[in-house]
Amino acid sequence: MKTKLTEMAPWLAYFVIFVSMIFAGSDHSIHVASQIIILGLFAIAFNVLFGTTGLLSFGQAIFYGLGAYITGMMAKSFGADFFLWALLIAPVAALALSAVLGVLSLRLSEVYFTMLTLAFAQLAWGICVKWSSFTGGDDGIQAIPKPDILNMGGRNYYIFALVIVSICIYLLWRLDRSPFGSVLKGIRQNPIRISFIGLNVFRHKLFAYMISSSFTAIAGGLYAGIDKSIHPDMLVWTMSGSIILMTILGGMRSFFGPLIGVAVFILLEDVIGRSTEYWSFVIGIIMITVVLLFPKGIVGVSRHFAGLFAKKGGQFDNP
Amino acid sequence: MTFEIFISQFFGGLSVAMLLFLVASGLTLIFGVAKVFNFAHGSFYMLGAYFSYQAISMFENFWIGAVAAALGAGLVGMLLEICFIRRIAGREEEGAFQILLTYAFILILDDAVKYIWGPAYKTISKPDSLAGSLDFGQVTIPTFNLFIIVLGLVIVVAAWYVLSRTKTGKIIQAASTDTQMVGMLGVNVSLVMSLVFGVATAMGGLAGAMAAPLRTVAPGSGVEVIIDSLIVVVIGGLGNFWGALFAALLIGEVNAFGILWMPQWASLLSFAVMIVVLIFKPKGLFSREKGRKKI
Repeated sequence: MKTKLTEMAPWLAYFVIFVSMIFAGSDHSIHVASQIIILGLFAIAFNVLFGTTGLLSFGQAIFYGLGAYITGMMAKSFGADFFLWALLIAPVAALALSAVLGVLSLRLSEVYFTMLTLAFAQLAWGICVKWSSFTGGDDGIQAIPKPDILNMGGRNYYIFALVIVSICIYLLWRLDRSPFGSVLKGIRQNPIRISFIGLNVFRHKLFAYMISSSFTAIAGGLYAGIDKSIHPDMLVWTMSGSIILMTILGGMRSFFGPLIGVAVFILLEDVIGRSTEYWSFVIGIIMITVVLLFPKGIVGVSRHFAGLFAKKGGQFDNP
Repeated sequence: MTFEIFISQFFGGLSVAMLLFLVASGLTLIFGVAKVFNFAHGSFYMLGAYFSYQAISMFENFWIGAVAAALGAGLVGMLLEICFIRRIAGREEEGAFQILLTYAFILILDDAVKYIWGPAYKTISKPDSLAGSLDFGQVTIPTFNLFIIVLGLVIVVAAWYVLSRTKTGKIIQAASTDTQMVGMLGVNVSLVMSLVFGVATAMGGLAGAMAAPLRTVAPGSGVEVIIDSLIVVVIGGLGNFWGALFAALLIGEVNAFGILWMPQWASLLSFAVMIVVLIFKPKGLFSREKGRKKI
């Protein structure tokens, strides 16, 4: 598939914004930007399942937590050098775990799939909290060491995370535009036809689940380096839930929509949280407004206005 | 385990189960029958508890509190349905937007409750007429718990009767299956959906009022119950009231005895039960259709 100029525009915006953060940002804004790119990777990986394949998993936090705990525990027990190795091991472990959980849960349809993924994640969260001798329990793991070069201020780590996140997002973007990605979109729209043309629906769903989960684990591993601390809340269901919300808020039918949703949500939380105690009330009102007025998420709004100037809109979803 | 311990754990589990069923029954009506994913169902439970607290502090009567809880939660529910949920009906991604919208309700209702009643815990005492307990040999069971068990049974019979034995019930079931066709037959479908939503949230509110003397009334308590009630609804099979009752009993009793057996891990048992059920019965315990996809 040949890349059109209009399709490069989001990439351009992505690099302009996040690279400029390296030079312009204060410590606080670098911290916020690190959170945005890492959760953005989580959300984009989640959307491979949700927006592309049509599978609503309510338990992707299990892989986020897996990545974080593998990274945190390896770096803590074997030393800072293992921080980087852990970032490689985390996605492999997620691949293995998601293969097992995927085989069990993908047989189920719709809400039952959603609830089973939720149950697995909650079980993992519970184990994480209760098995304190192994995981640190409620307190999580603090003071995770990382290589010296990543330690000088938040900026170095932000650059490191940005490089890894950008590579991951690029891979997922290629996947989205590949024949495999088209099959996933076909499964969402009409699974019976996909099986009629001789493709194995279950196997494609399983691969999508495994790919999404392993990228999620990378995001979790990267998160362990921001504050050098991880906690069981990374696995609890509200974590999966907020990723779902941010994805829908941004626009699940566009590749970069989830990232935009994450950025908007985190920035709102940051700004409103400083000015009022009742920030979740304000976020609730904003979410209702988005749902009622902008049925395609935030990306839908910008496309609407872009459509006034260009003839062809919605290029991302065209297989 | 002595027989007395067994009986008292059993009744403990039974009243927990019935509270769970009271909340889940509203959810199975709205989610299973009317096909609206109301993530905020737990918030109506919380709202009911606060309405009941308010009414009791004004009139000093538990039963007025219970009525206020059901009416208040039902009215707020209908209002939200008419103003918001109805407006996204029929959209391409309706389910996703229902999640987003009702999650926004959770955030708003939680903060509204915190603003109106303050962040501190509130307590409601049991009504005087049910404050005592009954003695069965060496086992004593609080009258209020027995009342909740009876109330749960009344609700399951009433809901089953209305939904499967009356014309209203048929209309409700048909309205969610084929909205257009039912509309053409002269039924005001959106009114039916608003009323169903109102009844479901009223059931949630009533559950909140009934649970308040046994638990505490606090902001955020809705989020705690929503997952438990989702588990019950899913294990029982969507829209199946008897299934939900059985699932609530299963969860309640497993928790009651699990806590004796392995106290540390008891809170995880609900999820373990759901995993086992869904792996062997992919559409819940009481579904007639085959759950596995044929592809």
